[in-house]
Amino acid sequence: MSLFTIISLMSEGMYRTVGIFVLTLLFSLPLGLIVCFGRMSKNFIIRTITKIYISILRGTPLMLQLMVVYFGPYYLFKMSIGEWRYPAIIVAFAINYAAYFAEIYRSGIEAIPKGQYEAAGLLGYNKIQTFVKIILPQVVKIILPSVTNEVITLVKDTSLAYTLSYLEMFALAKQIAAAQTTMVPFVVAGVFYYIFNLLVSVTMEQFEKKINYFK
Amino acid sequence: MVYLKMENVSKKFDDLEVLKDISFQVNEGEVVSIIGPSGSGKSTLLRCATLLEMMDCGSLSYLGEDAAIIIDGKAVYAKKKELNKIKENFGLVFQNFNLFPHFTVLKNITDAPLNVQKRPKAEVMKEAEELLEKMGLSDKRDYYPHQLSGGQQQRVAIARALAMNPKVLFFDEPTSALDPELTGEVLKVIKSLAETKMTMVIVTHEMEFARNISDRIIFMDKGYIELEGSAEEVFEAKHERMQEFLGKLTKNV
Repeated sequence: MSLFTIISLMSEGMYRTVGIFVLTLLFSLPLGLIVCFGRMSKNFIIRTITKIYISILRGTPLMLQLMVVYFGPYYLFKMSIGEWRYPAIIVAFAINYAAYFAEIYRSGIEAIPKGQYEAAGLLGYNKIQTFVKIILPQVVKIILPSVTNEVITLVKDTSLAYTLSYLEMFALAKQIAAAQTTMVPFVVAGVFYYIFNLLVSVTMEQFEKKINYFK
Repeated sequence: MVYLKMENVSKKFDDLEVLKDISFQVNEGEVVSIIGPSGSGKSTLLRCATLLEMMDCGSLSYLGEDAAIIIDGKAVYAKKKELNKIKENFGLVFQNFNLFPHFTVLKNITDAPLNVQKRPKAEVMKEAEELLEKMGLSDKRDYYPHQLSGGQQQRVAIARALAMNPKVLFFDEPTSALDPELTGEVLKVIKSLAETKMTMVIVTHEMEFARNISDRIIFMDKGYIELEGSAEEVFEAKHERMQEFLGKLTKNV
């Protein structure tokens, strides 16, 4: 089997890998902010619940979480899960990454000096204005390197979707490699992940540069 | 007219009594300096006056409007909406500036007048230009705070506070984070404000400066107002703690 054939067979999987990646970020980045607010809430119950949420999602393997989210509805409620595979993957990835993002956001928010809030309050900004206009841009700058780290990990983690027999790129690579007894699909997979992450780091670097106008 | 009035103010942090039954007022056009050793409660008093700290007991009013009154020996604050209105009466200049690092100098000065006070843009811009000129910062309008010296940053902070057109301007040790050279340029600006009869309350360790520009000086120690009066009255007073405080200052030099 020629390299070209292998790549074209795997291209559908690459498309799916990118799909998991994009959808996970789309949901987990904002969800992380909500979890972060819960984690920093003054309300003891909300704070404790989010703490437990973060603790469990960071404390257990993503592979296990994928299985729980996918098979859970069937074992718990005897629900049919035929159509649930893809949504389950996105849900599992999103809630897992949200937990990590929440803690990254929190580290950024807590790094902002109290004086920024005081100055904003004295100038009459309300809570929402203060957060959106004054605090958030500074938080973004602080957390960008950590977010880049997580995003790079996510690129590689997408391969875990194969545990739910979803044919993303890595699952295809394994199948082709087994059928054709060749290493080539793995090399292609490796190059794909590497280039994908190169794009991620270059993009994030550009973003970091862009936001470097203040200190 | 009485611009600021505080009565029977007390404040505890855990078991530490920082302010003990303090009363004072500031009249229109007056420059009042608060001096005293570290830990005497000066900054806390200022933070209570600017609603950054809540008093345990005490009343607080600006131009006759109550921000807090005493009920059963406790400070009871007005509703948030009223407090927000009262807040428009004063501005505060911090020791460490607290400029917004991601805003240019001009935006630091104009953003709140435009987006909080919702004043017309032309008017705000014109005023900002005048303020920048007054502060000697016209050429720095598009700079970001980290590109400025500490003295320049503090002058921007003063301009930012003035842009809100406050009735009373508070300074919390405005030069403590600056070296002597930069201190001079900030003090000069404050002095020029005093000449325009801006009502100001200044917590400071710059004794000569306080002596020169203040209509009234308050000496605080251990949470009490120990002395209050004109510069001469306070500095020449035969008051043991005051002389000890001044003595220590000169001895250090």
